[in-house]
Order: sequence, then structure tokens, then C-alpha cells
Amino acid sequence: MLRLILRDLRLVFRQGSDATAALMFFVLCVVLFPFGVGPEPNVLTRIAPGVILIAALLAALLSMERLFQGDFEDGSLELLLLSPLPAEGVAVAKVAAHWLVTGVPLLLVAPLLALLLRMPVEQLGLLVGTLALATPLLSLIGAVGAALTLGARRSGVLLPLLVLPLYIPVLIFAAAGLDAGLSGLSPRPHLLLLGGLLCGALVLAPLAIAAALRAAHE
Amino acid sequence: MHRFANPARFLKIANAVLPWAAGLSAVCFAAGLYLGLIASPPDYQQGDTVRIMYIHVPAAWMSMFTYSTMALAAAAALVWKHPLAEVYAKAAAPLGAGFTALCLLTGSLWGAPMWGTWWVWDARLTSVLVLFFLYLGYMALVDAFDDPARGAKAGNILLLVGAVNVPIIKFSVEWWNTLHQPASVFRLGGPTIAASMLWPLLLLALAFQSYFVAVVILRIRAGLAARRVQTLRLGQTG
Repeated sequence: MLRLILRDLRLVFRQGSDATAALMFFVLCVVLFPFGVGPEPNVLTRIAPGVILIAALLAALLSMERLFQGDFEDGSLELLLLSPLPAEGVAVAKVAAHWLVTGVPLLLVAPLLALLLRMPVEQLGLLVGTLALATPLLSLIGAVGAALTLGARRSGVLLPLLVLPLYIPVLIFAAAGLDAGLSGLSPRPHLLLLGGLLCGALVLAPLAIAAALRAAHE
Repeated sequence: MHRFANPARFLKIANAVLPWAAGLSAVCFAAGLYLGLIASPPDYQQGDTVRIMYIHVPAAWMSMFTYSTMALAAAAALVWKHPLAEVYAKAAAPLGAGFTALCLLTGSLWGAPMWGTWWVWDARLTSVLVLFFLYLGYMALVDAFDDPARGAKAGNILLLVGAVNVPIIKFSVEWWNTLHQPASVFRLGGPTIAASMLWPLLLLALAFQSYFVAVVILRIRAGLAARRVQTLRLGQTG
């Protein structure tokens, strides 16, 4: 499983474009907002958490379509499924690699962008913590959609249609936690709920992904 | 349940049930709408707008019922490869989407005079909206594959994933205390709604239910026929 993660990471580093494209998308998306709503500091501080979360969500979605597609087309996914590693293990490894490639860079860039949007410096730790809980969830849930749409016509349009509604709870609790932090309340309950969602998804999503991958290969 | 796996046997029973369900639906709709819209008393606070409830609540019940049965059918199709389960899920999906849309629409119309707003981002409303998107996503996913069997399978997995949402809808009014009122019919300690309003409500719920049964039977029949046509065609060309 570790080997599979390493293989995916190597592939990404040698090609490079996919991961950086998602990151650039995230940065540009956030940078557009001050132009859209005007550079008023109070407004920017107010909308900063939502903007960053939605940009992170869209960036995760953008790179999601390629998650299984390449392996599906060149047949290596079939070999992975035939290997002694259970399909659930393949699913976990692919998701972990996806998170390391797209989620972790977001965590590193997000504080800088938050400063551009005039978020108070004390809140940056909370922002990174919330994103650290939210981005693996986005990878897990998105991978279910990516596995389900493998080989579908118009899969590029279909994937957001399936995945975005399922992203709503993540967005709600992450945004509620950040808002609570900004208005001086304790973000703890919201982050606990987010962590609970992550624990549930860690168990259930690989089962769904594995079932979908097997269905794609019948 | 496996006794009904044979489509021919299922169709024999379904065809016998169909006129009864359709008839029951027509009678209950007539009686329920008369009682609900004309004969029942207006609410002491809400006046005549309370009559929206007689459509809104059964539609909401049906939207949940349809999704739950579709998810159960999806599980049956994945575990036992039950041939009718997939046909059922496909047949019920547009109906469920319709009930959900009706529920959202009437809820919005009811909210405008009572809450002073068409829409609030309350937990119940949001989770029902997610349910609506799940129906649409399911229908889009099932149709997106060249091989119908593959589409049905992907759809089944999506149905099971989305089943997480059903308990959230049911308990959203108790977990989060917001504008939408808590349950007043299916609750511990009996309904808190007056009998003069409960009767038309239950009649209309029965009407919606039997309408659903009748239309689903029709759609399953059409789905089975379409499948048969396809196999015949494949047999001719191949």
C-alpha cells in the first residue's frame, strides 16, 4: 500500500502539471474575490473563511477527475485490483496520495491567502486546523464520485453533480467553526463534528470506492 | 422476496394490484382534498394557509419513503443481484424527485406568509435540498453509461452512499433548533395535531402512497418491456 502511495506521488512529481494546476487554481480563485466584491477590509474579513473553503473544495474537485481515470485507461487499475492488496486498500492508497498532492499544499498556501483577505493573524492556526480536517474529507468523498463515474459519458459534468451535494456538510461545519473563531466563540463543537465526519468517511468511503471500482471492471 | 424475482410472476401480481391502487388513490385524493381544503377548520393562528400542510407533509413523507425504499432495493440488488430491485430503483427515482420538488415548492409557498421568507438555510430545508440533488444525480448517473447494467450498479452504490442523508433529514429538526417545526404526527406520546386536521392529512398520505404504488407498477412494467425489446433486438442483430 505504501508502495502504491509512493508510486502515485512519483508519477505526480514527474509530470508535475496536475498538482500545481490545482494549487494555482486555488490561489487564483481566492485572489479573484477582492476584485469581485471590492477591497473593503471588513467585507473581506467576513467572507474570507467561506471563500477559502469554497476555493479549496473546487480545487479538490478539479483534480479529482484524474484520480482513477489514468489508471483506468492504461489498464493498471485492473492489475491493482487483481493484486493481493484488497480493493479497499487500493482505494485508501489512491485517496492518501491525492490528499498528499492536493490537500497538503493547500494547507501550506492557505495562511498566506488568508492574510491577503485580511483574516486576523490569531485565526490562521484555526484555519489550518480546519482545513487539515476538511481536505481529507473532500478527497475521500470526491473519490467515491470519481470511482462511480469511471467510464461514463460526460463524466466531467457528472462528477460535480454527484459530489457537490455531498460536500455541503463539510462546508457547513468547517465554515461554522471558522466563523465561531472569528466572532470569538469556541470553534470546538464544529471541529469535533468535522472530525466525526472524517472518522466516519475514513471507514465508509473506501468500501464505497472499492465497490465502485469493482463495478467499473465487470 | 425471492419468490417475486421472476418478472412474469411479479407482473401477474402487480397487474392485479394496479387497478385497486389507482382506484384507492383517486378516492383518497377526492376525499382528502375535500376534507383538507374545504371541510377542515382553519388554524387559529395560521388561518387558511395551514391547508398547504395537507400537500406539503405527505409529499415530504413520500420523498423520504421513496428514497429509503430505493436504497433498500439498491442493497438487495448489490447483495443478491435481485433483478427487479434495479428496475424498481430506476422506476421510482423520478417519482421521488417529483415528491421532493413538490415538498420544497409547497414548503416555500407556506414559508413566505408564515416565516416571512421563501427560504432559510435551516438544517431540514438544506438536507431535503441535498435529497433532491441526490435524486437528480442518481438519474444522471444511471443514464450516463453505454452499458445499462454498469449504470445501474454505479447508481446503486450512490443510493447507498446517499442513504446517510435520510436519518439526517428525519432528525434535523430535533438536532438543530431552527425555524422548521419539529415532528407533530410521528412522535413519542402520540400526535399533537387536532383530529379534524389529522384525518385529511392521513387520507392524503394514503392517496399519495397509492398513487406512488400505481405509477411505480406502470413504470416497472415499462422498464421490463424496454429490457425485453432490447434483448430481442440484440438477438436479431447478433
